[in-house]
Amino acid sequence: MINSLNILLPEIFLSISIFSILMVGVFIKKSFNLIFNLTSLIIIILISIILSSPSYEEKIFLDSFTRDSFSNYFKILILLSSLFVLNSSKNFIIDSKLDKFEYPIIVLLSILGMFFMVSSNDLILFYLGLELQSLSLYILASIDRDNLRSTESGIKYFVLSALSSGLLLYGCSLLYGFTGSTNFDLISSQLNKENTGAVFAMVFILVGLAFKVSAVPFHMWTPDVYEGAPTSITSYFAVVPKIAGLALLIKFMFIPFSNILLEWQTIIIFMSIASMILGAIAAMVQKNFKRLLAYSSIGHIGYALAGVATGAITGYQSAIVYISIYVIMNIGAFSCLYLLKKDGQYKENISDLSGISKKHPLIAFSLLIILFSLAGVPPLGGFFAKFYVFVAVLEKEMYALAIIGLLTTVMSAFYYLKIIKTIYFDDSLITFETTKNRTAQLSIFASCTILITFFLYPSVLNNLVSTLFVS
Amino acid sequence: MNFPILSTLIFLPLISSFFILLSKDKTANNSSIYISLFSSIATFLLSLFLWHSLDFNTSEFQFIEEKSWINDFIKFKLGVDGISILFIVLTTFITPICIISCANSIKIRVKEFLIAILILETFMIGVFCSLDLVIFYLFFEAGLIPMFLIIGVWGGPRRVYSAFKFFLFTLLGSVLMLVAIIVIFWLTGTTDITQIYEIKIPKEYQNILWLAFFSSFAVKMPMWPVHTWLPDAHVEAPTAGSVILAAILLKMAGYGFLRFSIPMFPIASEYFTPLIYTLSIVAIIYTSLVALMQEDMKKLIAYSSVAHMGYVTLGIFTLTKQGIEGSIYQMISHGLISAALFLCVGVVYDRLHSRMISSYGGLVNYIPKYSFLFLIFALAALGLPGTSGFLGEFLILTGTFQKNYLAAMLATFGVVLGAAYILWLTKRVIFGVTNNSEIKKLNDINKSEIAMLISLAFLILFFGFYPLPLMETFNVSVNNLIYNYQTALISN
Repeated sequence: MINSLNILLPEIFLSISIFSILMVGVFIKKSFNLIFNLTSLIIIILISIILSSPSYEEKIFLDSFTRDSFSNYFKILILLSSLFVLNSSKNFIIDSKLDKFEYPIIVLLSILGMFFMVSSNDLILFYLGLELQSLSLYILASIDRDNLRSTESGIKYFVLSALSSGLLLYGCSLLYGFTGSTNFDLISSQLNKENTGAVFAMVFILVGLAFKVSAVPFHMWTPDVYEGAPTSITSYFAVVPKIAGLALLIKFMFIPFSNILLEWQTIIIFMSIASMILGAIAAMVQKNFKRLLAYSSIGHIGYALAGVATGAITGYQSAIVYISIYVIMNIGAFSCLYLLKKDGQYKENISDLSGISKKHPLIAFSLLIILFSLAGVPPLGGFFAKFYVFVAVLEKEMYALAIIGLLTTVMSAFYYLKIIKTIYFDDSLITFETTKNRTAQLSIFASCTILITFFLYPSVLNNLVSTLFVS
Repeated sequence: MNFPILSTLIFLPLISSFFILLSKDKTANNSSIYISLFSSIATFLLSLFLWHSLDFNTSEFQFIEEKSWINDFIKFKLGVDGISILFIVLTTFITPICIISCANSIKIRVKEFLIAILILETFMIGVFCSLDLVIFYLFFEAGLIPMFLIIGVWGGPRRVYSAFKFFLFTLLGSVLMLVAIIVIFWLTGTTDITQIYEIKIPKEYQNILWLAFFSSFAVKMPMWPVHTWLPDAHVEAPTAGSVILAAILLKMAGYGFLRFSIPMFPIASEYFTPLIYTLSIVAIIYTSLVALMQEDMKKLIAYSSVAHMGYVTLGIFTLTKQGIEGSIYQMISHGLISAALFLCVGVVYDRLHSRMISSYGGLVNYIPKYSFLFLIFALAALGLPGTSGFLGEFLILTGTFQKNYLAAMLATFGVVLGAAYILWLTKRVIFGVTNNSEIKKLNDINKSEIAMLISLAFLILFFGFYPLPLMETFNVSVNNLIYNYQTALISN
């Protein structure tokens, strides 16, 4: 029992600290700063706890909770990206009067939910984790409660997400009914092609997961929520839940559904192609930078799904590498938005970027790197992410998927180029305040440095990820 | 082999661009020009040293550098042979000239411009050095970023359209090459081209892979009918951008055919020869006719580049010794001649801010030195014996006559058309009546312009009279290329 608790240490520590800082927030007035810093501290401690934990696989509580290198990798990725997202957006939160002490606490709660998601080896634990995460996200989306758009996006997200959670739950119960178990390993051994009912269940679960990672055709909420929510929340939405969602998707395909590969492969291939195409086309006409990033994130999920669609371990690895690099690029892109402040207002239209290369060469250069990387132009990090995915896809001889994927990169290059054109070729209109936002600058610097120097050691991430599937 | 001379060559411009970034003068911008000039000349000297120390009697790759890059998968492998060394030297020779020219023509954001040029140089040298398909693709595509910015930031009025067209055309062409590269990896288990030459790609895959590579090279070359980005890009790009585009970027595709398409897919190369012949002939005749009717000098030279590249593809795919040697010769000489012509246009454009042929006329009476040099380059462009342009075309036509009379006849007709548009251009710009009163106030070329143009003119004439240094560099490599091609066909 004590040993089990040891394995659960990160989650226990996180829960206890959430309730402790909640108490701090309740009893100390004006405690946003304190709680914010405590949150960062908690995240850093959690990272060190997870890093120091052994990497062999251990299952506890009737095999419903796993701790292995796979879940540890995703937990660290979630923590690191939350740390960067939170800290780079701190000035924005204060300026937008969102500095309520609940903000970081709810973020931590959603992280707790994701922890259980990525570690779950059981349908019930998985669903509980998912709901904890989703409930926190509903609140976050509408945290700017006096703002019409933010409230609207929160409601929209809540309604659609509740629907998808319902479908997911229905799928889970079907799966239990047809296999007689909620445990992933047992389901895996029970499931085969003849089990038609279980295939139904698989479809429902895929729908639920596709909604969480905003893959087409379950992407409707993404642009509205991205645009409506405050930028700090959008950047969190764009990064962290995507990591957890993709982790779950891979886990489901790898363990419970590994025997019905052909059945789900078709669905994922369809979602992948549809996401890539829609992401590329719909983004072309966007004027709002956040909305554009929403469509671009749909497209990027399409590429990650292409890796998952291979149904091979190399494919899963490439999807994980893809999402890791995607996270780095998005943190950089959103951090740039925190620097575009004028008269106390943060600008988020693409036209506001017009000609900033003349007055703010560093922001412009960072955006240049990030956007070319998002477009997947070598030698930047984004190219390698796509490269690994297509290597895995072509290994399985899925030529159509690869060619469509690469053609959509050309289409999506068009709208990234359009932003670069606005930044570099157009005349400058606005001089932004030179805000001393050190954390956002640090995030941009870190993101750009990784993207530029990635080509020196392109296999670092691959080596790390290749250890995740040894079990 | 201790000193990594090729890596030094590749990364020297990149490192010096970093120094330019740190240099601080905002008004004069002199120090950044001196730094970049110094570093690019150092790169040039290094490449000359490389050329000098290369053994021409073997077709093996030399100065090979190998580092594990993506583990047990792709190696960072560099090397040169008799063919690639010439392109490297051409690149390192053209870059300092571009830097000198930008001192006169670029007025805004000089520092950034120099950085872009030097980073572009790094990528271009990388393309010609890489012995691994993925590394090649990496450098090949990466060059798009600085060139996109060069056209877009420092270009003319329609720069946005041209920059987008350039970027998207080239990217669209090359993504299929990326698919082909990955497929080759799964077929052969390696992307190291020296190993792929040994392994030989299965016959049934060759045609489709050849087409995938072709889609990339045809856009870059550019071949008819995907050449339309080139005139736009040339017209809008600043002088230095046009020079690099015409002199080096277009040569990447020809080099790609020689290095990848023919040795890796010999059977497909044989199979698709009629396609290449047709496209080349159309390019030669059609774009020459289009060039005749141009009113914009840069556009005229751009179309003439397409026509000259038509000779190159024709020569390469004759797959005869003369044809291939002529193509390489033509590429080097076109690199010098088109660079010189674009510089000449740039010189008058800096003074009169017009590229229209109609705004010039009778320049010989007012700026004789310029007119003299312009005439040399124009005659070289039409392939007058005694200039390097003649030898390339002559060898290509010799090679073509061995294989296909009709193609050779039509290509020869193209030579006449080439003479027509060049001579007519010269007549209208250099001679003729002066209608524009501002021409009378023109200053003749200054010292830095003389230095650039004279050095180009010297090389064009030198290689026109004495081709041996170039010929003996690539002779063995070309023989080996043809030998391997023929054995592959026979074994099939």
